[in-house]
Amino acid sequence: MAKGEGQQHPLSTYLWVWFMLFVLSVLSYLVDVTGFEGYLKWFLITLFMLLKAGLIMAVFMHLVWERLALICAVLVPPGVLLFLMLLMAIEGQHVLSNRLAGFLQ
Amino acid sequence: MAKSTLRDPFLEPGLRGMVGDLASDQRAFKEVPWSKAMMWGFLLSDIFIFACFLVGYMAARITATAPWPNASEVFALEVGGHHVPLLLIAIMTFILISSSGTMALAVKCGYERRRLATGGLLILTALLGASFVGMQAFEWTKLIHEGVRPWGNPWGAEQFGATFFLITGFHGTHVSFGVLFLVIMAVKVMRGSLEAQRPGFLTGRRGRYEMVETLGLYWHFVDLVWVFIFAFFYLW
Repeated sequence: MAKGEGQQHPLSTYLWVWFMLFVLSVLSYLVDVTGFEGYLKWFLITLFMLLKAGLIMAVFMHLVWERLALICAVLVPPGVLLFLMLLMAIEGQHVLSNRLAGFLQ
Repeated sequence: MAKSTLRDPFLEPGLRGMVGDLASDQRAFKEVPWSKAMMWGFLLSDIFIFACFLVGYMAARITATAPWPNASEVFALEVGGHHVPLLLIAIMTFILISSSGTMALAVKCGYERRRLATGGLLILTALLGASFVGMQAFEWTKLIHEGVRPWGNPWGAEQFGATFFLITGFHGTHVSFGVLFLVIMAVKVMRGSLEAQRPGFLTGRRGRYEMVETLGLYWHFVDLVWVFIFAFFYLW
């Protein structure tokens, strides 16, 4: 805190997160190489993706050290996107079944 | 650890603090420079753009009646007679993560007023970013030679090409602009413009080391988007 400016955190914090990001990337690549299928594959991909995204946002983008007002302003609106995703997935299944029914006639 | 800027001792932490912040006069986002709050606002809008692309991709993939091409095989490379799935994409992922790490260190060195280290790390980040874009250009060339077009491809659902070129192209554009800004910021750092608080030629704002952190937010965001593209487009 020499000049009273900016966020300063120990080097080891950054190096650890960096290392973890590499490990998580290797793991998500291995999911593809090992040829897992179905729910296990999707679960692992999503898990590693969210862990990586969380580490980057929390430490590299300094979000854990910010005040709650900024954290919520950043994280709550994208949360609504999950709802959009859900709606479009339901809609997509409906469109697909309509198309298949149309091709059968 | 976690020593941070300003640190007003009268500010309440937690939920009560948030209510107080949002109800307060003049500024809701305490203890961050306005430029950082603005960058977060911009990134939030960018999150929505990429989310719309990815949700659109999901909808196209669900509704496609033809089978979706297997990304693991489409993006495989032949290395010494061996068939390695997703090799180039894995290398690109590691390069982008490395560049995120060097960027984080650049921000830290900036606040420690180590001018040369900051500039060098920014240049290194820019080089990694440029090599990422180069590999993407190689990948695009390879796929175009194999006959992938926005309106069709040899392996299955026609929507594959359209979503691939749109999503990776938009992300590649973000990386390219990021490289440009990284080089500009590296020059500013190296010649001491931030140290001397010299006004910038475009906006006239005084140079501050917080600018490196704000640029870092953008660069980490580019990496963040790639995490989602890698998972949803290449692995799914």
